[in-house]
Amino acid sequence: MDMLIAWLVRTIAFGTIIMYGALGETLTEKGGNLNLGVPGIMYLGGFSGFAGAYLYEISVANPNMVLAAVIALVCGISASMLGGLIYSFLTITLRANQNVTGLALSIFGKGVANFFGAYMLNGKIATQTNVYHVFHANIPALAKIPFIGPVLFGHGFMVYAAIILAILMNHFLKRTRAGLNLRAVGENTATADASGVNVMRYKYLATCIGAGISGLGGFCYVLDYNNGIWATTDQIEALGWLAVALVIFSTWKPLSAIWGSYLFGLLYWLYQFLPSILGLTVSSQFTDLVQMTPYVVTIVVLSITSIRKKRENQPPAALGLAYFREDR
Amino acid sequence: MSNHANHAVHEPFVRVVKRDRIRFSGKVVIRLVAILLALLVDALFILCVTGLNPISVYTTMFDGTFGTMRRFVTSLRDWAPLLLIGIALAPAFMMRFWNIGAEGQVLMGAMGTALVMVYGAPVMSTPVLFICMFVSAVVLGALWGLIPAAFKAKFGTNETLFTLMMNYVAIKIVSSFYNKWRGTASALGKLNKATEAGWFPKMNILGVNASYGITVIVTVIMVFLMYAYLKYTKQGYEIAVVGESVNTARYAGINVGKVIVRTMLISGALCGFTGFLVVAGSDQTISATTAGGNGFTAIIVAWLAKFNTFYMVLISFLLTFLDKGATQIASSYANLNDYAADIIKGIILFFILGSEFFIHYNLVFRGKKKEG
Repeated sequence: MDMLIAWLVRTIAFGTIIMYGALGETLTEKGGNLNLGVPGIMYLGGFSGFAGAYLYEISVANPNMVLAAVIALVCGISASMLGGLIYSFLTITLRANQNVTGLALSIFGKGVANFFGAYMLNGKIATQTNVYHVFHANIPALAKIPFIGPVLFGHGFMVYAAIILAILMNHFLKRTRAGLNLRAVGENTATADASGVNVMRYKYLATCIGAGISGLGGFCYVLDYNNGIWATTDQIEALGWLAVALVIFSTWKPLSAIWGSYLFGLLYWLYQFLPSILGLTVSSQFTDLVQMTPYVVTIVVLSITSIRKKRENQPPAALGLAYFREDR
Repeated sequence: MSNHANHAVHEPFVRVVKRDRIRFSGKVVIRLVAILLALLVDALFILCVTGLNPISVYTTMFDGTFGTMRRFVTSLRDWAPLLLIGIALAPAFMMRFWNIGAEGQVLMGAMGTALVMVYGAPVMSTPVLFICMFVSAVVLGALWGLIPAAFKAKFGTNETLFTLMMNYVAIKIVSSFYNKWRGTASALGKLNKATEAGWFPKMNILGVNASYGITVIVTVIMVFLMYAYLKYTKQGYEIAVVGESVNTARYAGINVGKVIVRTMLISGALCGFTGFLVVAGSDQTISATTAGGNGFTAIIVAWLAKFNTFYMVLISFLLTFLDKGATQIASSYANLNDYAADIIKGIILFFILGSEFFIHYNLVFRGKKKEG
């Protein structure tokens, strides 16, 4: 039973990371921009959040932890949005190729995070900020309820914020005029332009805000999931690609991203918990094959949606294409 | 009144006009300016962050590749696979098929090679062993390219996302075998260490004894072969037509699905071949990092070179040079580390990508007379 609880808790914490990544990327892709820089943006968000809190903590005698958390959030989100801005300027204004620009941003973001991270580490293997206590804070009375307490109420606020964000984004995309316009831009840019939608503004805002949200994924990884510990890492890159996979898996629907992210988390941690729950010992070579399942499942979903051709499950039609009004 | 008329015609401060064509020298100048600007920004970054003299840092970087003959030859080892993957991607990209799966295709090639090295070495003679390693690598690489291509051709499945996911399937398969072969050891050492079966023989390149000589030679040959294939063959022409417009291709009687599948078989097979060269030539072992991100970097190489394999030689060398240079400065200066390479590379790529705009478009400022 304890194992099952631990598994579910890990699942939800892990799922939250890629849910943020996927929600941001969904918003970006709805505007027609395929940003393959998600891993880089998550690096920027995670590292800047950590750096903000860490620098504040060591420079003040009695750091206020709530203030530290706010500083971390502001730093993390703005750094991610800056990454998104570089991408937007190159792909929207200068019409550079989106795939290549995204990959370059992934290289750049990883470089920035690990390069400046090495300064913070100052020769150590890892270093920690105490701000994670804020991100772990929960309501003790609820969290103590057996079983459902730790699973449903034992998390910090970022977990619940992600779910609320997904619901809000679903409402925005489906029920508001701005959301409708954004989808029009992503489906048929020229038509949206002709009907008076400011294509540039929508694309810029969707991509930059999307990047800010994606960056929160990296932020959660470092400050919540990893207990505020920064170490030079390649791990965030894999999480970023998993977030891109989740966008496809959820067929560009924020609400599906909620359960999709938890399913990915469940599958990701399956190798550690299921064998011990069942009392089996499994050699390490099988854990890799189990970790492969999220990607295989995503490929299956992608193939099936393209075979069935249901219109509501397709990628935005103008995804990946640069727009120039005078092109015919 | 004339004043009024001027106001009625609202002219934006700057507008963008598509260029008809641009001279070769114009392209070269724009790209050079972009790289110089990027180096300037990188210099500022080095100066502001570390307080080091950028010129001396750049000199140290230069030494990373050209300091000694051994360093130069080691650079060739890293440069060849990157270039070869770029060459492998060229036909796919020319067809506007976004093969983001080179990393996985290379890994599957490496996997095929390693499988034969482990299980085939005891029972095969040397020539048979090498042939089997080669075939196994090419077949697995091609298979990894074929699956997304078949879905694209038949159902129109988005190939960017499909190939991207295939990378991670390949990575996990390789790590699974890595862990199986590693057993209880902390890392998998060189395969067939005692017999050296399936290792390329060492040869002398520029005074340095290295086993990756074959890799470098084959890569150089492929530069010419792929250039000729794309430029002078019927198949190359078909690829170009499909890339320009699928509808035109259909109208001209080209079987688009067949071209997609055939081209991706070539692209995947070449990636798999790269995996073979890396495992047999330079690594003699395998891990999930055998492709080392080259599969992704090569996408940038192939795109920036606009499918011209000779430009790829330059761009891939520039990127290898930056990597080697960054390793060199990391060991020379205490307050710089390896990841500086990623930042410097990122900035240079941003500038080159941005400069493409000025090759395709012209800026017209307000008040400037229209050219006849």
